[in-house]
Amino acid sequence: MNRFSLVRAADVAEASREAASPAARIIAGGTNLVDLLKYNVERPSRVVDISRLPGLRGIEDTENGGLRIGALVTNTDLAYDERVQRRYPLLSSTLLAGATTQLRNAATTGGNLLQRTRCYYFYDPATPCNKREPGTGCPAVSGVNRIHAILGASEHCIATHPSDMAVAMAALEAVVHVSGPAGGRAVPIAEFHRLPGDAPERDTNLQPGEVVTAVELPARGFAAHHTYLKLRDRASYAFALVSVAAGLEMEGGRITEARFALGGVAHKPWRDPEAEAMLRGQGPDRGLFERAAAHVLRDARGYGGNSFKIDLARRAITRALEQAAAGTPQSQTDKRIQ
Amino acid sequence: MPDHPIASDTLPIELTINRDTRRLPVAPWTSLLDLLRENLGLTGTKKGCDHGQCGSCAVLLDGRRVNSCLVLAATKDGSSVTTVEGLAGPDGALHPMQQAFIDHDAYQCGYCTPGQVISAVALVEEGRAHTPDEIREQMSGNICRCGAYPNIVAAIQQVLENAR
Ligand SMILES: Cc1cc2nc3c(=O)[nH]c(=O)nc-3n(C[C@H](O)[C@H](O)[C@H](O)COP(=O)(O)OP(=O)(O)OC[C@H]3O[C@@H](n4cnc5c(N)ncnc54)[C@H](O)[C@@H]3O)c2cc1C
Ligand code: SF4
Ligand code: FES
Ligand code: FES
Repeated sequence: MNRFSLVRAADVAEASREAASPAARIIAGGTNLVDLLKYNVERPSRVVDISRLPGLRGIEDTENGGLRIGALVTNTDLAYDERVQRRYPLLSSTLLAGATTQLRNAATTGGNLLQRTRCYYFYDPATPCNKREPGTGCPAVSGVNRIHAILGASEHCIATHPSDMAVAMAALEAVVHVSGPAGGRAVPIAEFHRLPGDAPERDTNLQPGEVVTAVELPARGFAAHHTYLKLRDRASYAFALVSVAAGLEMEGGRITEARFALGGVAHKPWRDPEAEAMLRGQGPDRGLFERAAAHVLRDARGYGGNSFKIDLARRAITRALEQAAAGTPQSQTDKRIQ
Repeated sequence: MPDHPIASDTLPIELTINRDTRRLPVAPWTSLLDLLRENLGLTGTKKGCDHGQCGSCAVLLDGRRVNSCLVLAATKDGSSVTTVEGLAGPDGALHPMQQAFIDHDAYQCGYCTPGQVISAVALVEEGRAHTPDEIREQMSGNICRCGAYPNIVAAIQQVLENAR
């Protein structure tokens, strides 16, 4: 780990000023940043501690029936919040499917969103990596790529964003509130993370010095018909190979609203509005779900080690939509898939 | 990382460790784990992976279990820390979870044990695990290379049952 100075920011404005330098990094829970510091993947000269900032720890009801989650709310507190469990069980489920209790106790809402999009080569400074050292190449494209992206990747980077929480937030159409040198703005979650294109060193559309202050959930929570299906190499404590967060609204046996997002398959949580539209107005039906799933994967591309994910994702979408329609969400304790 | 950082690099922090409040100068890059082991001689907390993956460095930080290898000590001014050394009573009587690990032979080499015990104490306190499946899921952040898992689950079940 390189040496750095530590600044304890007193308020968001100071944090934003300090973080605007390219040599500075914000620390919240530290579970991603400290890990990367130890591998010399992150080498800041200054670390800006926002973990004690006032006003970012609350979970509050909004005027339009939604919920506003402060950036420093821990993953544990969010997962077990009574309102989240009752109104947004999909979000709670994704949080409990991620990492472990010890990590969730430290990890924050803002840090979870902003954990690096990454792969094992990114962690190893002895190998090239366009994300870590722009222009050096991407060894994963022709190397070991079991965990890599099948959608929206580019020849420059095929890494995936590892967050489970963000997948639910994509399906729930959350809005991320940020504050920066140019003031505050609200970023729809779909525009928060970016696809790699020819600049994979950038995971998000945040501007220098922008600090995440809160995430706002709209009122619609899909509490009656939802599921988070996470498929991985171990039953617990492993990143998703493929995951699906699904939420449906049903009336008189028909689907009136449908949202689903995929994790583990792209540089960001992956949504397909066309596939969702195929479900609206229809009765829940396996054939329909299979057609919607096939539509999502129409442009999918495997790189050898991860090609199995195309079929896995197709089946995971179908199964998740069945679980959501039946009102039988996947348990994050009993890992048997019904 | 140097063992003894030069003074100008350090920040003063106050930590209450196992009920003992101390003022300490720490370098910004020192993890809570290294502070405990290298600077304070509290070597009960173990370093397994140093990357948040194994749980052998688990401590209670302000009452909650965290992996101390991923915590920068300098960000925890004013916090309280309980390590495995702080679990026994003032008279040396073992914590019921420590006794249960002995009763159930819930270890082999013992390297993961301090982290397992801390995590298990927190699990009971959290009150969210009732069945063996729930215990296994909520202990999944503590890896045991020797595979003592069945006995660890049994030890935790004993403490949960006695607490009822
Ligand atoms: C062993 C292990 C297993 C894991 N498994 C999973 C898993 O299964 N699923 C999953 O989803 N995650 C998993 N994680 C990742 C974990 O969820 C993240 O590390 C955590 O959510 C990051 O939150 P933090 O507060 O600790 O972030 P930090 O490490 O403090 O910060 C992460 C990044 O975000 C930036 N940042 C933080 N807060 C803000 C803010 N408010 N504004 C602007 N920038 C900010 C920091 O500069 C840094 O770049 C795992 C991590 C580990 C170590
Ligand atoms: S996939 Fe992206 S993060 Fe991984 S080696 Fe290639 S460029 Fe780096
Ligand atoms: S040493 Fe901290 S989790 Fe392994
Ligand atoms: S007892 Fe040896 S690692 Fe758990």
